[in-house]
Amino acid sequence: MGALFVRDLKLSLRAGGGALLGILFFLAVIAVIPFGVGPDLNLLARIGPAFVWIGALLASLLGLDRLFQIDREDGSLDIMLMQSTPLVLTVLVKCLAHWTATGLPLVIASPFLGLFMNISGVAMAAVFVTLLVGSPAITLIGAVGAAVAVALPRGGLLLAVLVLPLSIPVLIFGVSAVNGAIAEPAPFLQPFLILVAITLFFAVLGPLAAAAALRASSD
Amino acid sequence: MTTTTAGNTFTNLANPTRFLNLSGTVLPWMAGVTALLFAVGLFMAFTAPEDYQQGVTVRIMYIHVPAAWLSMMCYTVMAISAIGTLVWRHPLADVSAKAAAPIGAAFTFLALITGSLWGKPMWGAWWAWGDARLTSVFVLFLMYLGLIALIRAIPDPSRAVRLTAIVILVGFVNIPIIKFSVEWWNTLHQPASVIRLDGPSIHPSMLYPLLVMALAFTMLFFTLHFSAMRAEIWRRRVASMRRRAAQAAA
Amino acid sequence: MSHDVYVALAYGITAIVIAALILWVVLDQRARRAELSELEARGVRRRSDAAPASETDHGV
Repeated sequence: MGALFVRDLKLSLRAGGGALLGILFFLAVIAVIPFGVGPDLNLLARIGPAFVWIGALLASLLGLDRLFQIDREDGSLDIMLMQSTPLVLTVLVKCLAHWTATGLPLVIASPFLGLFMNISGVAMAAVFVTLLVGSPAITLIGAVGAAVAVALPRGGLLLAVLVLPLSIPVLIFGVSAVNGAIAEPAPFLQPFLILVAITLFFAVLGPLAAAAALRASSD
Repeated sequence: MTTTTAGNTFTNLANPTRFLNLSGTVLPWMAGVTALLFAVGLFMAFTAPEDYQQGVTVRIMYIHVPAAWLSMMCYTVMAISAIGTLVWRHPLADVSAKAAAPIGAAFTFLALITGSLWGKPMWGAWWAWGDARLTSVFVLFLMYLGLIALIRAIPDPSRAVRLTAIVILVGFVNIPIIKFSVEWWNTLHQPASVIRLDGPSIHPSMLYPLLVMALAFTMLFFTLHFSAMRAEIWRRRVASMRRRAAQAAA
Repeated sequence: MSHDVYVALAYGITAIVIAALILWVVLDQRARRAELSELEARGVRRRSDAAPASETDHGV
């Protein structure tokens, strides 16, 4: 399992791995927003946390189709299916590696991108923490879409279409928590804990369904 | 294998030919009952009293609410079919799911359009995110469209079967989470009022037409569903016959 | 637009969508039936038709 984690990590970080591309896309999305919305600093500060979250969500979705693609291309997917270790565990480890290589950089980049949106220090910290807890959820539930779309044409688009509705709750509670940290009357802990719960729930549902989908699409 | 199965209707219906025969007999009756229910329901809908607040636009409720209920019920039928595919490998289960998807999407679309037409005179906007049910139905619509895209994207029908079932079930499990999060999101941004098009409670004089229309829509769904299943079974038979003919010629 | 127009639009669009659904289902069935009878006329048989003695078929 550890070897799988390291291998996946190395593959993602290689030139064609797409991890850096995810950060670039994140940057591009955030950079474009002020041009569309206008340079009003107060407005940007208000919508900033939400758009940082949305940018991270989209960048994650973009990178998800690579989750199983390399394995399918070099044949190791078939080997994984035949192994004695449960496929669910393998998928979970792959998700962890994928998140470490593509999701975690987005989380780390988020405070810097928050600067473009003029969000306050408290908001930056809240965005960082909520993304840290919530972005794994995207990877985990996205694994289902990745497994389903791995052998299909236009798989990346189909994956995004399938996963976006499922990721709406993560977005809602993530941004709610950030707003709770900024504006006093709104609660922070409640949405934050719900976010944690959703991530844990997807940690079970995601790999389970993804493993089933990988088996279903191979035989 | 003989046909003298001792009366287990479920296993009998697992036989596609049996289903074809049974549905062929039952469908005309179902269509007739549907038409009757709609006739009664529409009459009741238009003779029901107007809402003192909304006036005549409340009549849209008699379409909007049943359509929203049906969109959810159709997805439930698909989820049950998905379980039938994955757990029992019921041969008709995936036919049921594939046939139901476009019908469910159509009902969801109707719920959205009528919701919009109901909301515009009330709130002045064609789309108001304030109605949590309407927003949830919108997300459900996105899920339907994604499913239909998935069904069409997989060329090989045997692979499509289980893959589609898994996606249906993952979506089904997520629906309560999505509903909860949308309600939360609504109360967050509108702490004062709970906006529901039809208000917190329904007067009995409006409830009965609503229920009749709901029954009419339900019968309509099952009539369409069974018909679509028949067409799907025939489609698959045609495909396999063509394959056999091609193999024989080769 | 008066309120009546909204109601009329709602019921009208519903009628159109339901009619389209019914039309699609009916036409689909008819087309499949036509294809089936055409194939049978050409002499193509289903695998389970090969054994006319048994009434069951569990294949589609």
